[in-house]
Amino acid sequence: MRKNNQNEKRIVVAIGGNPNSGKTTIFNHLTGSRQKVGNWGGVTVEKVEGTVEHKGYEITFVDLPGTYSLTAYSIEEIIARNFIVDEKPDVIIDIIDAGNLERNLYLAVQMIEMKGKFIFVLNMADMAKKQGLKIDGDKLATLLGGPVVFTIGNRGIGVDVILDKVVEVYEGKDKKVRHIHIPYGRDIEEGIKKIQSVIRRDKDLRKKYSTRWLSVKLLENDSEIIQKIKSKFNNPDEILKQVEESRYRIHRIYKDEAEVLIADQRYGFISGLLQETVSLKPVNRIDISQKIDMVLTNRILGIPILIFFIWLMFQVTFGLGAYPMDWIEDGVDFFSKIVAGILPEGILKSLIIDGIIGGVGSVIIFLPNIILLFLMISLFEDTGYMARAAFVMDRIMHTMGLHGKSFIPMIMGFGCNVPAIMATRTLENEKDRILTILVNPLMSCSARLVVYIMIAGTFFGKKAGNVIFSIYAIGIILAVIMGRFFRKTVLKGESEPFVMELPPYRIPTLKSVIIHMWDRSVVFLKKMGTVILIGSIIIWFLGNFPIYKSYSVDYNSQINKVNVEFSRKIEALSSQNPNYGEQKKTLEEEMRREIEKLEGKKKEEEIENSFIGRLGKAVEPFFRPLGFSWHEGVALITGFVAKEIVISTLGVLYGVGNNGEAQDLKKALLTKSHMTPLIAYAFLMFVLIYTPCLATVAAIKRETGSLKWTLFGIGYELSLAWILSFLIVNVGKLFIGG
Amino acid sequence: MDDKKSSVKREFYTLSDYREGERGKIVDIKGKGKFLTRLLEMGFTKGEDVYVEKYAPLKDPIELIIKDYHVSLRREEAENIIMTKPEMVKKRKNEKEQSK
Repeated sequence: MRKNNQNEKRIVVAIGGNPNSGKTTIFNHLTGSRQKVGNWGGVTVEKVEGTVEHKGYEITFVDLPGTYSLTAYSIEEIIARNFIVDEKPDVIIDIIDAGNLERNLYLAVQMIEMKGKFIFVLNMADMAKKQGLKIDGDKLATLLGGPVVFTIGNRGIGVDVILDKVVEVYEGKDKKVRHIHIPYGRDIEEGIKKIQSVIRRDKDLRKKYSTRWLSVKLLENDSEIIQKIKSKFNNPDEILKQVEESRYRIHRIYKDEAEVLIADQRYGFISGLLQETVSLKPVNRIDISQKIDMVLTNRILGIPILIFFIWLMFQVTFGLGAYPMDWIEDGVDFFSKIVAGILPEGILKSLIIDGIIGGVGSVIIFLPNIILLFLMISLFEDTGYMARAAFVMDRIMHTMGLHGKSFIPMIMGFGCNVPAIMATRTLENEKDRILTILVNPLMSCSARLVVYIMIAGTFFGKKAGNVIFSIYAIGIILAVIMGRFFRKTVLKGESEPFVMELPPYRIPTLKSVIIHMWDRSVVFLKKMGTVILIGSIIIWFLGNFPIYKSYSVDYNSQINKVNVEFSRKIEALSSQNPNYGEQKKTLEEEMRREIEKLEGKKKEEEIENSFIGRLGKAVEPFFRPLGFSWHEGVALITGFVAKEIVISTLGVLYGVGNNGEAQDLKKALLTKSHMTPLIAYAFLMFVLIYTPCLATVAAIKRETGSLKWTLFGIGYELSLAWILSFLIVNVGKLFIGG
Repeated sequence: MDDKKSSVKREFYTLSDYREGERGKIVDIKGKGKFLTRLLEMGFTKGEDVYVEKYAPLKDPIELIIKDYHVSLRREEAENIIMTKPEMVKKRKNEKEQSK
């Protein structure tokens, strides 16, 4: 029950920390399922919040992006520090990996410079103990200016202590809370003082920010702070001039940039701090992770082992996933039949059965696969193997203009592009993320395989396998080319340093893995589900309207005739005939097929005259140079909802019906369509490259947070598909002669 | 006084010259901006001890141990880190290097 917004009863707590410090696990333990996921102000970084009640307070935890520092060089860092500085949370928690104190404290030290009430959580305390580390938490708290809490995040130990501490700190009852100054040495301190005195003249800046923090940042040449000063300060030039002077002076004395010295001083402070608070017991430090890596990133075994894990991933996803996939398919069919039985004939029935259940159903059967892929991502990340995969593959990825961490998302694209794109979250840098997302659709997903098999099987017979393989190969080659191309043009800029931490291996908790998997699945269902639902309805509408009455042939009476004819034949069968059962069955089969054929032709005409048919005819000029008729055009358009629909649409358009036999469709394609093997190959190429399905587009929009990139992705894919198909058909003609 | 390295090859080593099992101290870091800052925040400061754990199966990137944790770096990045003369370290069984 929410209390009436009395501010004294609400506490806002920011949680920061290094990546791999176990921050997310602790956040999950603190907030459980009560999480709200969104994005930070229109950027691609995920924002997670959760509210809990404790000791009469409503505590809202905000998970800041994991960062190693608080510079202006990455969007994550800017978000983290701006939240602290602008939103002024009541309490700030820094999650620290106790086994890795020195580097983790680099962030802590920058945080305490920002003024605030801090709690320092030393997580993975068990690992630290195993390493023989003894940490004096009390002393550390005194030196850092905030209470220290030891936790073992993945077992949930210490989390309740955090909640208690939050309340204590908020109520001002913790004695350790005080503001600490990091001493930077005489010359830098002089520079800071001079800059501070200029800043102090602006009353607004003084009230809003810690002037010392601003001064240090300016001395470090922080571009975002410089921007802030320029826009908010009344007289920016004066202050910037002072900064310039001080920086020059420092450079002259030390022959190094101020930021290098400031970093040195920070580490010096940390070093002193550690000397007073940490003692190492003379225990043989056995590093299990190192031992494991002797095998997993071994010069000879490393890559085969990686291939094995990838194979395992697909086995679980598609092998294991096949069972629930069948159940869901049966379930949808069953549900469909029940609904068909209840509803009266008419438009509503068609909308619900064909449009909604049909459209959504064809995507929902992939749900188990997608959830399993999310599970795999969670496992790779939480165990720490993701970093190893990136380490092994970086060289290849780098030649594609990508980052080692792009490997897993790219490979996943062969299964389904949706979780693959969502997996790009592991990439720490925005440009790398966007690039991976842009080329990911070129990794041919399993839905497209359905189309390849049908088309290649029809037009290439025994060679179908090689043809399909060539399509996959070309997809990969294109990804390499486009990756490098984009890296040089649209996404150029200072190249991202690879510097990547290889965290110790961890056994993930079931709870943590399930929460990760669950979060992503829910997002998928909500966002993609809605999009697919709307898309299916639209396609249904376009395909069934305007309602067509004037058929070329009176199909209904034809169907009646068939009914009557066969019923008579069946009646005429003598029940004494020993083969009665068999013959009756054969006749019933024949009757069913005849009726299906007629209904198929009826549907064909309907579609031809529907909006979608008209749309297909309207865009025919677009497809003509590629050798596709309006049939293929329409099929490709419906493929926008889900790629498998391309085949069923072709079926309907060539009069074979929605659930027609594969043989019939093959025959129809060979005879009725005007496709030659060459054109068929161009068609395959088009399907490979052109815009991905709705769910993927929705995923792209969500992960890039930008309409611009989404449209760009769609645009370049459509263009590239057209160009390549065109080349294939026209250049191919020269060689083959038609 | 020009501390930045000139193109005349003097007796200096870069981290990319180090082989597996070698260790040394950082002398200087070439570069500015994001690259420099990133290295600094990961603990690559002057005088810091660095140990080369291994090279990736494809010979790139490099896995290092610095400030007691494992980091990987591309060779082209390691070229910008000037080091002391490498010292080959023999690892005794079951003992991890204490790089303090």
